[in-house]
Amino acid sequence: MSYLSKFIIPLFVISVILYGLKKKVMIYDTFLEGAKEGLITAFHIFPSVIAMVFAVNIFLNSHIIEVGFYFLEPYLKLLNIPLQILPMAFIRPISGTASLAIMNDIFANFGPDSYIGRIASVLQGCTDTTIYVLALYFGSVKISKTRYALTTGLFADFIGILASFLIIYIFFS
Amino acid sequence: MINKIWGFFIIIGIIFTILTGNLDSLNDTILTSSKNGVNMVIELIPILVLWSGIMKIAEASGLLKIIAKFVQPLLSKLFPSLKKDSKALGYITSNIAANALGLGNAATPFGLKAMEEMQKENENKDTASDAMITFLVLNTSGVTIIPTTVIALRMMYKSANPEEIILPAILATLCSSIAGLLLDYFRRRKNK
Repeated sequence: MSYLSKFIIPLFVISVILYGLKKKVMIYDTFLEGAKEGLITAFHIFPSVIAMVFAVNIFLNSHIIEVGFYFLEPYLKLLNIPLQILPMAFIRPISGTASLAIMNDIFANFGPDSYIGRIASVLQGCTDTTIYVLALYFGSVKISKTRYALTTGLFADFIGILASFLIIYIFFS
Repeated sequence: MINKIWGFFIIIGIIFTILTGNLDSLNDTILTSSKNGVNMVIELIPILVLWSGIMKIAEASGLLKIIAKFVQPLLSKLFPSLKKDSKALGYITSNIAANALGLGNAATPFGLKAMEEMQKENENKDTASDAMITFLVLNTSGVTIIPTTVIALRMMYKSANPEEIILPAILATLCSSIAGLLLDYFRRRKNK
């Protein structure tokens, strides 16, 4: 599994370059143009990342999750779910930056190759910020009655989160 | 919403730490967390810049369009209420393809256009149509082939295999997309 994963990035990069050459794209200039946009994106996310890391660090370092959900731990252990992943699972559909900040915290405390670190990585990669996307897209065409959109979207997230637990359990334990 | 959550994290965190008498660590957290945030962005910059460059080539060469064309027949089956030659379908496929490649900036305009087109075919202008809901369920559980920010942060914390989570993440995404689409299908039929 991890061996196959190693091929994806190099294969992707070479396909993009080859196809760009074939279509006679000025690949170097185009790269620079995109790189500049990437730098601007990084500049834009700077304040929100700092704001979220600040809030998330205060919250997680208070250890309220460990204390408040202590009673859940034995049940979660049975299912091989680490307690500290709960805040990230809850926040993922609401804010991408907040869940990124929690993932950062998990990596700092447990390491990216720990069991919980791997779960956090997959969780961050496998779903999007459902609530934000719905608000943006429905708002753009002034739709107020969203029917079953939100519950269906959140259900998909929930299954994605369960799948993350299960897949990491199958592949890495 | 995000305002409340941000405030909630800070207030609950501070009160609970004071109650448990951990004032030293609280001061430490407040003063050092912004540095932590800066480090995080700095680590993200190289891969963000590099990847945006590569993706710009993919966009300029028309690779995005090819992928969109490839998935269109499959996607059209998921939207029975849209006409086969509907403009919305083209925008939907472009949005999904751009999202899959991690081109968030390119994906959003396509998505907004798709909503606009679907709104034209919508009978009740203040109510979401079937096609809109299917599109958003697909979009929010969306397949990202290469989660670059995750890989960058894994590298920052010295992972032995930063990219080993790519395939597990794709599998998890597939599960969530399929589950979302199935529920969407059943609820759409129930509403008829």
